[in-house]
Amino acid sequence: MLYLALFISFFKIGLFGFGGGLAILSLIEMEVESHGWMSEQEFVDIVAVSQVTPGPIGINCATYVGYTTAGIWGSVLATTAIILPSLIIMLSICRAYFWLNKRFADSPYFTQTLRMLRFTVLGLIAAAALLLIKPTTFIDYTSWIIFAVVAFCTILPNFTKKKVTDIVSHPILLIVLAGIAGYLIYAPA
Amino acid sequence: MLPLIQREVVERKGWIDEEEFLNMIALAQAAPGLIAVNSAIFIGWRVGGWKGVCGAVLGAVLPSFIIILAIAMIFSEWKELPAVEAVFKGVRPAVVALIAAPLVKMAKSSKITWTTALIPIAAALLIWLGHVNPVWVILATIVITLCSIWLSSYRSSK
Repeated sequence: MLYLALFISFFKIGLFGFGGGLAILSLIEMEVESHGWMSEQEFVDIVAVSQVTPGPIGINCATYVGYTTAGIWGSVLATTAIILPSLIIMLSICRAYFWLNKRFADSPYFTQTLRMLRFTVLGLIAAAALLLIKPTTFIDYTSWIIFAVVAFCTILPNFTKKKVTDIVSHPILLIVLAGIAGYLIYAPA
Repeated sequence: MLPLIQREVVERKGWIDEEEFLNMIALAQAAPGLIAVNSAIFIGWRVGGWKGVCGAVLGAVLPSFIIILAIAMIFSEWKELPAVEAVFKGVRPAVVALIAAPLVKMAKSSKITWTTALIPIAAALLIWLGHVNPVWVILATIVITLCSIWLSSYRSSK
């Protein structure tokens, strides 16, 4: 039952995906890898496509994985499954909005858990990156040079306030440049 | 994405006010799931109940869905081309860097200390080397935090 497996996997990702797009990556990676739905190369490629197209990474991955594993209906199913937990949880929150605001928002159980989850999410993102460093994605030393340059450009705005660094650190620009570099270095003559 | 939502929803359409928008961000980030979708659900509900939710969610999801579906269809045929493969050989390490590098900023804004840094390090190692599903790491974080608060309040009440 491929459809059922797709639904359960993406429902799980939607239910436990705390902390936004990057944090969700390690969850998607685990599910996709354990079912053998995608190689890590394919996974990185779809993350790259997500970075240069608009829209949430989670939706992009769900649509892509759904399509490659089970066609158009697979993509509809996976995308619905990743949204469904949000719908259930956010609608319950909306209906209890005022009640929640008063009693819940100040409770240490709530604020502390959120604070701790923020720390855990940092680990999830680090794991997502570490899991993708494989011989199939980092093929030789030029891969590491590209990695280092892109990481440097992205971190730079944290330390200087120059206008140039904002432009240089733009993810779409960096991906396009890395693609051009890849073409020049690896394309067969 | 949030500045875009704010301009459209608060400034242009006036569907919710500034303060409610800030509450919405807090809730959308605290709840599991995609932040853009969570925001759409909240605003949709405020503006038009069930119908509003349907409209807002479809609006948030459909553009990505259509774009990626089109790309998936084309890409599955182009993937084997040597030129395309060469481009992606260059792109892959860049993507890994784009995943990892924002950690610096996020760690800063989460006011991490040497002690609390042990949490993300342990989480990363469990997932990376131990191949533990991140779902368990998240559940463990929630359970341990709740238990430790309960324990400390139990002790202080004695």
